[in-house]
Amino acid sequence: MTVYLLCFALFLVGVYGVIAKRDLIKIILSIGIMGYAANLFLILFAYKHGATFPILTGGKVSPMVDPLPQALVLTSIVIELGTTALLVALVVRLFQKYGTFDIAKIRRLRG
Amino acid sequence: MPVETWLTFTLGFMILGSIVALELKDILSSIIAIGIVGLGVSMSFLFLQAPDLAIVQFLFEIFALIILVRAFIGKENHQLESSSTNKVMTGVGIVAAAAIFFLSIPVFRLLPPFGEPLMQVSQHYLDAGAAETGAANLVASVILDYRAYDTLGEVTVLFTAILGAFAILRSTATHKTAGGDHE
Repeated sequence: MTVYLLCFALFLVGVYGVIAKRDLIKIILSIGIMGYAANLFLILFAYKHGATFPILTGGKVSPMVDPLPQALVLTSIVIELGTTALLVALVVRLFQKYGTFDIAKIRRLRG
Repeated sequence: MPVETWLTFTLGFMILGSIVALELKDILSSIIAIGIVGLGVSMSFLFLQAPDLAIVQFLFEIFALIILVRAFIGKENHQLESSSTNKVMTGVGIVAAAAIFFLSIPVFRLLPPFGEPLMQVSQHYLDAGAAETGAANLVASVILDYRAYDTLGEVTVLFTAILGAFAILRSTATHKTAGGDHE
């Protein structure tokens, strides 16, 4: 329970960053924080007391932690790298166009 | 010491690191401070018996650091003057985050307690994974056999993201060589 709440607090730090920061780099970092918290929450959910990692080592079979969230988070981390690269590319282009990282000054995007 | 104590310590450290990263003025220090959070996640994966994930998270952290530093180094001319709107948004952000946190505490009571997962589908993977797929690493057997279509879809997403990044960055070069209407 405590670790769940702390992990959720980490996610909310990311939400606060997205809402309150005007710097585009800080917003990218905040989205990264939210991704870390979501991945970590799924793995927290899979943990079992007294269990070992889900790799068969031969010999006796001991209780193991849940392999399904680990498999899905493994691909999710790689996807996160791809989306970070895409966001960075977008921000670099915006900087070339407008010369600033401040979202309040990028006026032409207003509809 | 139980694993929960270590996790509480690591998570507290990560929350502190992320707040510091968001509030620092210097953007290079901010990017490096976010590394605290990523490596903390990697360490937490080790505590939670997920060595594959710890390695992948560590590599992700290094690559993300390289990408961010390579893209944003030398672009330091973004001094944000503090305006009244900025202060209002900071207040709104803090109040919204605190409200969501306190209102969602009852939801976390409904979840299964830490250390006692449901494991209904996964128990079959653990029992029959070695016989059905022949993989010693059961995470690999889930990725590449039981959920192979899922992995294929996620690889497609990754390919699209990388393709999009290249397309966005390449259009600059074509504008410059053509000497077009780029202002």
